[in-house]
Amino acid sequence: MREQKKAKEKEPMFSAKVLKLLKNPLNLENPVTVQVLGICSALAVTVQMKPAIVMALSVTVVTAFSNLIISALRNTIPSRIRIIVQLVVVAALVIIVDQLLKAYVYDVSKKLSVFVGLIITNCILMGRLEAYAMANKPWPSFVDGIGNGIGYGLILVIVAFFRELFGSGKFIGIPVIPKGFYEIGYVDNGLMILPPMALITIGIIIWVQRSRTKELQEK
Amino acid sequence: MKSLRNYLDKIKPQFKEGGKFEKLHSTFDAFESFLFVPDKTTFKGSHIRDVIDLKRTMSMVIIAMIPALLFGIWNTGYQHFLSLGQQADFMQIVGYGLLKVIPIVAVSYIAGLGVEFIFAQIRHEEVNEGFLVSGMLIPLVMPVDVPLWMVAIATIFAVIIGKEAFGGTGMNVFNPALLARAFIFFAYPAKITGDTIWTGGLTKGEGVIDGFSGATPLSKAASGAIDQIPSIHDLFFGFIPGSIGETSKLAILIGAAILIITGIGSWRIMLAALLGGVTMTLIFNVFAANAYMTLSPLTQIMMGSFMFGMVFMATDPVTASQTNRGKWIYGFLAGLFAIMIRVFNPAYPEGVMLSILLMNAFAPLIDYYVVEANIKKRLKRAAKLVKS
Repeated sequence: MREQKKAKEKEPMFSAKVLKLLKNPLNLENPVTVQVLGICSALAVTVQMKPAIVMALSVTVVTAFSNLIISALRNTIPSRIRIIVQLVVVAALVIIVDQLLKAYVYDVSKKLSVFVGLIITNCILMGRLEAYAMANKPWPSFVDGIGNGIGYGLILVIVAFFRELFGSGKFIGIPVIPKGFYEIGYVDNGLMILPPMALITIGIIIWVQRSRTKELQEK
Repeated sequence: MKSLRNYLDKIKPQFKEGGKFEKLHSTFDAFESFLFVPDKTTFKGSHIRDVIDLKRTMSMVIIAMIPALLFGIWNTGYQHFLSLGQQADFMQIVGYGLLKVIPIVAVSYIAGLGVEFIFAQIRHEEVNEGFLVSGMLIPLVMPVDVPLWMVAIATIFAVIIGKEAFGGTGMNVFNPALLARAFIFFAYPAKITGDTIWTGGLTKGEGVIDGFSGATPLSKAASGAIDQIPSIHDLFFGFIPGSIGETSKLAILIGAAILIITGIGSWRIMLAALLGGVTMTLIFNVFAANAYMTLSPLTQIMMGSFMFGMVFMATDPVTASQTNRGKWIYGFLAGLFAIMIRVFNPAYPEGVMLSILLMNAFAPLIDYYVVEANIKKRLKRAAKLVKS
């Protein structure tokens, strides 16, 4: 009897609300293209696919677990020092991720250089902690973190795909543009490797997204 | 002509609302107004009307560029036969030039107008004449040997990112033609720098006569060989390698005269740019730290695309400053930076493109402060009047 009651009160793990937390950051509330957060690293690590994917994973892990930890602690954190507490948690997680990357994918870790460390200052993290984790239960916060990390990663991977394809003619390090193309005069686009083109690519993604989604269009 | 008119009238209803090709109505409109003076007139209310509309303005600039284009075609052939050490008559020279230049012009127009037409269809707007000038400017600032597909990609990039993203003709921040050149410059640096690209069909080695390097005056100056810079006479008439339209200063001056007389190009910007360039050169002359800095102002102005850029690109009414005082500042700084970048930057032999793009970005700011200063001045005057 008692057990049944408990089950009724408890929300299912993946209710519609929780699923929405996963889905919204992919499009309508995308951290990069709609909220325009985390642009700096999106420009810096998207020259190739591999670093972009690793960066996306790192940010997803850090966002998810910092959201989880802060949400679990939220009732005990005095609001005057909450930013410091958040920073300590995020910094600890970032160091763990950084060490893991150095241990297992050293070459990628070298390419990402300071940008793993700079996840601490990524606006997406602080934004999610302040806007969501401080006011919600651990499980939804965790899902929210994963959703936002994936939303960020999605844009990163799209940008990196185009930059690597047109900038160096490769896909995750494998040359995909046929040799014959180069022989008849095709040249890789050097501008794609430079940061301005990353900004323009993100701009084009925003353009396409806005013209396709009615909710995002200003009157 | 009349049969064409009749034909257009016959097919016109199909492009009207409800017609078979309703979606293509802006394409039809564009062709109609390109071929004939549109018959749409205002009939209600009072309007101030001038004969000079967008189409007329653009056509005037095109006419002003024709001397530079024609000379560019001739010079392309001339440089080619010079490099081979062959004698060629006028027809051969022009024939070779046409063969090289016309495809670039065609590709630029097809790519650019294609994008314009597509956007006009999507946005249900009329196609306007905005691209006519850019389409002619782009070939004029290209080296002869540039691959055509690069011209196409650069043009498409410039029109989409430089113009349509900002809202189309008249709304762009940067000059589309310069943007196209900047795109090739950064995307495919090997194809737009160096010594071999400025002369049609030039390869290092076989068939080329001794002593012909194909280097532009600018690259000679940048490498410190200032005694090899061609004479002022050659620089002025344009018997030198360089981008298609930039070599002959005489042709550019004719264009400048047309622009100034018709009131389309701003003489303030041109004069201010000249002053800016001369000022910077004189400053360099004072320091004279290397051979490049000792060049006389006349040589600096005559070299490279300084004149071409300042006459045809800096004066673009959309991207330049709008206020008269702003035009002086804008032009002066454009000229100043052009020479400064040219001398200081070892990576890019020419600074005019970067300088004008930089000033394009600053033009609205300059205008803002000019207007603010004027408001302040008038407020002060009004306050004085009230007091007394």
